[in-house]
Amino acid sequence: MFAGCGENIDPNEPQGFIQAKGSDTMVNAIQMVSEEFMKEYPHIFIAVTGGGSGVGIASLINKTCDVATASREMKPKEIEIANQHGVHPREIVVAFDGVAVIVNKNNPVDKLTLEDLHNIFTGKATNWKQFGGKNLHIVTLSREVSSGTHMYFKEEVIQLGKKDSKEEFSKETLLLTSSQAIVEEVAGNEEAIGYLGMGYLSDRTKALRIAKSGEAYPPTIENVLQKTYPLSRGLYAYTDGEPEGVVKRFIDFTLSPAGQRQFIETGFVPARTSPVEAGAQSHTGGMIAR
Amino acid sequence: MKRLWRRISEPIIELCIRLSGIVVVIFVFLIFLFLLRYSLSLFRHSPLGRFLFGHQWLPISDPPQFGVIPLLLGSVLVTFWAVVICVPLGVGSAMFIAEVAPKAIKNVLKSFVEILAAIPSVVLGFLGIIWLGPVLRDTFHLSTGMCGLTGSLLLAFMALPTIISISEDALTGVPRSYREAAFGLGATRWQTLWRVILPSASPGIVAAVMLGIGRVVGETMVVLMVTGNAPVIPTSILQPLRTLTATIAGEMGETVGGSEHYYALFAVGLVLFVITFIINLIADLFLRRARK
Repeated sequence: MFAGCGENIDPNEPQGFIQAKGSDTMVNAIQMVSEEFMKEYPHIFIAVTGGGSGVGIASLINKTCDVATASREMKPKEIEIANQHGVHPREIVVAFDGVAVIVNKNNPVDKLTLEDLHNIFTGKATNWKQFGGKNLHIVTLSREVSSGTHMYFKEEVIQLGKKDSKEEFSKETLLLTSSQAIVEEVAGNEEAIGYLGMGYLSDRTKALRIAKSGEAYPPTIENVLQKTYPLSRGLYAYTDGEPEGVVKRFIDFTLSPAGQRQFIETGFVPARTSPVEAGAQSHTGGMIAR
Repeated sequence: MKRLWRRISEPIIELCIRLSGIVVVIFVFLIFLFLLRYSLSLFRHSPLGRFLFGHQWLPISDPPQFGVIPLLLGSVLVTFWAVVICVPLGVGSAMFIAEVAPKAIKNVLKSFVEILAAIPSVVLGFLGIIWLGPVLRDTFHLSTGMCGLTGSLLLAFMALPTIISISEDALTGVPRSYREAAFGLGATRWQTLWRVILPSASPGIVAAVMLGIGRVVGETMVVLMVTGNAPVIPTSILQPLRTLTATIAGEMGETVGGSEHYYALFAVGLVLFVITFIINLIADLFLRRARK
């Protein structure tokens, strides 16, 4: 049927097309995984797009992608809607991540508690002076509502983990369309505070140490693995039913050492650790802790 | 033979042209019906009043709030300031190009205006994030450069080509005899331009302005990138705000077909459609008057 290509493909060689859509936090890591994957399986093509975890989950339900990537778990309501549409999501944890809170490098504040973050992002605290900083207004930056990181942050910080909480992000909060836009604004604005996945940390911004109760920890790979960093979470891939065929190959590859290495290289925490990876981990961890 | 062919072919061609005209009208009508049908589905879940007069837009909260007021005011405010900036600039440039500039400069300017129209909005948005936003923040001592004014300035820039080219056409269209009569009565060049040519071209200029406004209201990428998208009821152009278009673009990807949020975005689209429809209608009325 596809003889038009003029190339003789070994019929036993796997071929196909995979659409992976969702989390912006994960998009760079997934892109690198799929590039490695396509080196190994040159006849399987993978299209990786971002847009936010909500976008991925919605496309899985609307059957417009094969793999939905998400930086949050699917909500029971979403699973219910999926079932109504004849989609049965299967969850796979592919990596771990810490949600880092970043400020401008000239901001003297370098640690906050979850309570402080709650007060800042709900608009109850509006001046950096209250946290030992300069006498400056606080500009809160958030991702758009389609972002899994937005959803995670809302549950853990705005609602402080209470399911029935009616707290909302302050209306003054800027909703930016990408993690990169948050980096740009924080790097140039001394009053700004924003949050994003660890993969977007760089030396252009400063990551705060965060305390739940007691000691404050920086977002490093070790602290996420040991769950001492309070804003630690899983990164997920969802498929419709058990993955099979080329999708199964892709998921297996993602969880293999070669796939997991891409997560380490983009600044995330691997879901599966082997002795070899443990060495690489502490190396990257050291770099981020800086 | 030739004559026979012509007798057959002409009605066919005429029919084709008439059909394509009708098809466009049908499409617009179908789009309207489609928007209306999906929007009405929202009002089955939450009452129309809560949508039109609600002052909170919290689409993922439980229960969600779909109040269009903050978004509508955001769009109105950004558009208002964009118009304040681009209309004098646009009409002024058109007057210069049509009446004052020597031929060589005129041609250069005209091609530059055309190039201006060719800059993709995402490029302007990027410039807004990395350059214009920080400049405005430092100039006005703001907390953040991601505010309504950044959006207004970029939108004004985008509406300029539309306003300049259509106004220029209107000005050039003023009959030569008007000019000659004015000069004959001893009017200076400025008096002729200001008192004779501008008033006679005014319906065309108003149409140009309305089409420019239509462009500004509907523009999405730039406002999504630079206005900060905070769903507050804006009180000043120097604060972050959220527009109708940015809301649809920012949220449409994550809605599941058939959910309340999905229908709410269609309702926002309907509001936008009605606004641009009214603006274009006004522009059309003025253009028609200009032709008389």
